[in-house]
Amino acid sequence: MNIIINGKEEQMALQEPTLEQLLAAYSLQGKSVIIEANGQIVPKEKIGSTTVKEGDRIEIVQFVGGG
Amino acid sequence: MESRYSRQELFLKEAHPYTDKHVLIVGAGALGSSLAEMLVRAGIGKLTLIDRDYVDWTNLQRQQLYKEQDAKERLPKAEAARTRIQEINSGVEISAITADGGPEELSTLMEDQRPDLLLDGTDNFETRFLINDLSQKYNVPWIYGACVGSQGISCVIIPGETPCFTCLLDVLPAEGMTCDTAGIIAPAVQMTTAFQGAEALKILAGRWGDVRRELVSFDVWKNTYSSIKIEALKKTNCPSCGEEARYPYLTEDNRTKTAVLCGRNTVQVRPPNNRTFNLTELASILEKQGAKVTTNGFLLSAVILEKRIVLFQDGRMLVHGSKDPEGAKKLYQQLLG
Repeated sequence: MNIIINGKEEQMALQEPTLEQLLAAYSLQGKSVIIEANGQIVPKEKIGSTTVKEGDRIEIVQFVGGG
Repeated sequence: MESRYSRQELFLKEAHPYTDKHVLIVGAGALGSSLAEMLVRAGIGKLTLIDRDYVDWTNLQRQQLYKEQDAKERLPKAEAARTRIQEINSGVEISAITADGGPEELSTLMEDQRPDLLLDGTDNFETRFLINDLSQKYNVPWIYGACVGSQGISCVIIPGETPCFTCLLDVLPAEGMTCDTAGIIAPAVQMTTAFQGAEALKILAGRWGDVRRELVSFDVWKNTYSSIKIEALKKTNCPSCGEEARYPYLTEDNRTKTAVLCGRNTVQVRPPNNRTFNLTELASILEKQGAKVTTNGFLLSAVILEKRIVLFQDGRMLVHGSKDPEGAKKLYQQLLG
């Protein structure tokens, strides 16, 4: 499935088509992130149940602490 | 002769608007160095810079205000930065403070100096939550910026308008990735401060309509970029900016604190009460315990019990080659009681 992640088209093979699996694919599970799917912020508690589909535009922002 | 700000004025289409503006930058590492130089060149009226560290050889790759001699002399970053930025623009009033920006120090600065803007040049989440609470309490905007590896992130926090940092991040994140583990390249720093600096120039010129209301993040190596609208994340029950805000990060507890410094393989030990140490006296205490001691007037370096340590006049100690906070605390108590 092709998904646009942070502005870049990526081909993803996910076990289940959920945001949680997508985060896992990027090793970001349990990290401090904000996710936007097709222009809408996804609340933390809905990350597990939100599905992703072909052509979705997903923005994943991870909070980092360095400087 | 044209004014030194003529090109900036041409762009802004107004006469130099920054003369009476005061900015407080917390942290003078990679982000803080870059931000300080940008704002001093832009001609703000006053810059206050607070930092707890000294210049190390590994800083020179990206911390643009420092040179080899600063690292050789182990100058406190605030002092080395002051010298350099005053050379760049002698018309800016600079206040450089070598101290750990904790709740007490920063609250005092806010009370006494009432800066127009707070800029994040720190390397840890704890201080960012503290800056966030100060911003809310004193109604002063701040600009979050952070970077690691080849990625960076920035966000403008305006009290009473945007969600605050606590709304965005309800818990202190476990710092899985720091400059220690992932490294950092200079372009990631400069891109982060370009976003922070642009917003700073807008805010200080009063161009509120142009201020970015989105969380921006990027990776200059993987070639990705995101900008996310965050207004939906504002929480009415937020402990930092909600209806019953109680500013949880401003509460000082009176314990000896330790922190692992980003990118340094170093632990800082900070005693509870601010006390001023006499470095000469301290040197003789350490020498009696078999240490080889050197001092540069601002701080003291020593090798003792196979550890390289640095002691500042305010009683803080850095233990190098360690990521063990408990061990560092023990060493501190062993040496200084």
